[in-house]
Amino acid sequence: MNTFSSSLSSAFSLLAGRDALLLDVVLRSLAVSGLACVIASSVGLLLGAWLGVSRFKGRGAVLALLNTALALPSVVVGLVVYLLLSRSGPLGFLGWLFSFNAMVLAQSVLVLPVVMALVRQTIEDADRKHGEQFTSLGAGRLMRSLILLWDERYALLTVLIAAFGRAISEVGAVMVVGGNIDGFTRVMTTSIALETSKGDLPLALALGMVLLGVVLLLNVLISLVKRVVIRT
Amino acid sequence: MTELFNLQSASVQFGSVHALMDCALRIQAGERVALIGSNGSGKSTMLRLLHGLLKPSRGILSVDPSAPQAMLFQRPYMLRASVLHNIALGLWLRGTPWAAAKVHALAALERVGLADLAARSAKALSIGQQQRLALARAWALKPRVLLLDEPTASLDPTAKREVEKLMQDFASSGMTLIFSSHNLGQVKRLASRVVYLEQGRVVADLPTRDFFNGPLPLAAENFLRGELG
Repeated sequence: MNTFSSSLSSAFSLLAGRDALLLDVVLRSLAVSGLACVIASSVGLLLGAWLGVSRFKGRGAVLALLNTALALPSVVVGLVVYLLLSRSGPLGFLGWLFSFNAMVLAQSVLVLPVVMALVRQTIEDADRKHGEQFTSLGAGRLMRSLILLWDERYALLTVLIAAFGRAISEVGAVMVVGGNIDGFTRVMTTSIALETSKGDLPLALALGMVLLGVVLLLNVLISLVKRVVIRT
Repeated sequence: MTELFNLQSASVQFGSVHALMDCALRIQAGERVALIGSNGSGKSTMLRLLHGLLKPSRGILSVDPSAPQAMLFQRPYMLRASVLHNIALGLWLRGTPWAAAKVHALAALERVGLADLAARSAKALSIGQQQRLALARAWALKPRVLLLDEPTASLDPTAKREVEKLMQDFASSGMTLIFSSHNLGQVKRLASRVVYLEQGRVVADLPTRDFFNGPLPLAAENFLRGELG
């Protein structure tokens, strides 16, 4: 308990003192996960919405694969992206391995199924309830998916939180493709793992607190947005 | 008179459920047809079939393609957008440029007495106002045929009167109305013809006066007695 409380107070001092090392890692984490979410969302929102309204042969199999991808271990994603980006891999010419871009790519791949699956479910439910009315107005399948996507925008904010939460809290993928290089590819989760193994618990704890704080802040912001929208 | 719909021996099946069975129905332009029957008799399925939202599992449906249609659903869905944009969207989806769609939408709102609420969120309207908004959305599309699925089902008497008045106005402008209803008073006031459905079959199809003055097939007679009694 003493170790915990002393680590906690040291963590607060690091946070209050805006420790340069801490800030560097936090900002990089936010940039990697934020960018990965933007990329995954721009693809996943559209594909998920389309899957929600479309009916085709083999759709059941696609959905089963998609739902399975929700449970993808992040180290497996890291491994696949590593193989793709390694010199002998198909994307080796990019020279991205152990870089910021590699981490963004890995997290995008990790988060894409989360966005797609949750959006698909939301849009499919909405389409079952109201889709006929848009068809009656003259909307085809693609247009219906876009209208529902826009109409469900506040519900979909929760999907984005889930996606960001998944991205910022994972450690396996960024560790494998980023390499946890100090000042270059070190992010919060890889840093926590490293500092814990080194026994530097205050820094690890401070990073853990920031990680939780970021997700909490995001949740609060989105709740506020929803409340303001409902009120107006 | 132009024939708008010709349904011959049409059936609609959902899995093992027969929603409509061997139905025959011809509807001419300018008619005001009421579909009545108990819950699950196939009224909504019939409307969805005529509107093209469903295809007959068996039989033939011929529709006059030159007669544009619009449908008012039992629980009209409003987008999370302004009243004006809810109407403009329907017009835009049918090819009207957005700026012109908004102008037409405002005219439709004036038609149903909701122009003052154009900028308000459609979700914030009362159920009665939403029903009038849905009517405006349908009317804005300038349909020759308006299908209405229990248009006054959940409305209070005032809202009910307002919606009925609009339906009467639309009908008197030459629009063909096909509506389902449980309200026999409303059917008497609005319909020129009554189609009684039971368990997916058309059991009676008569001019309104003949329907209410009988004689009727036993099933329709029993329904009428139950509803009026």
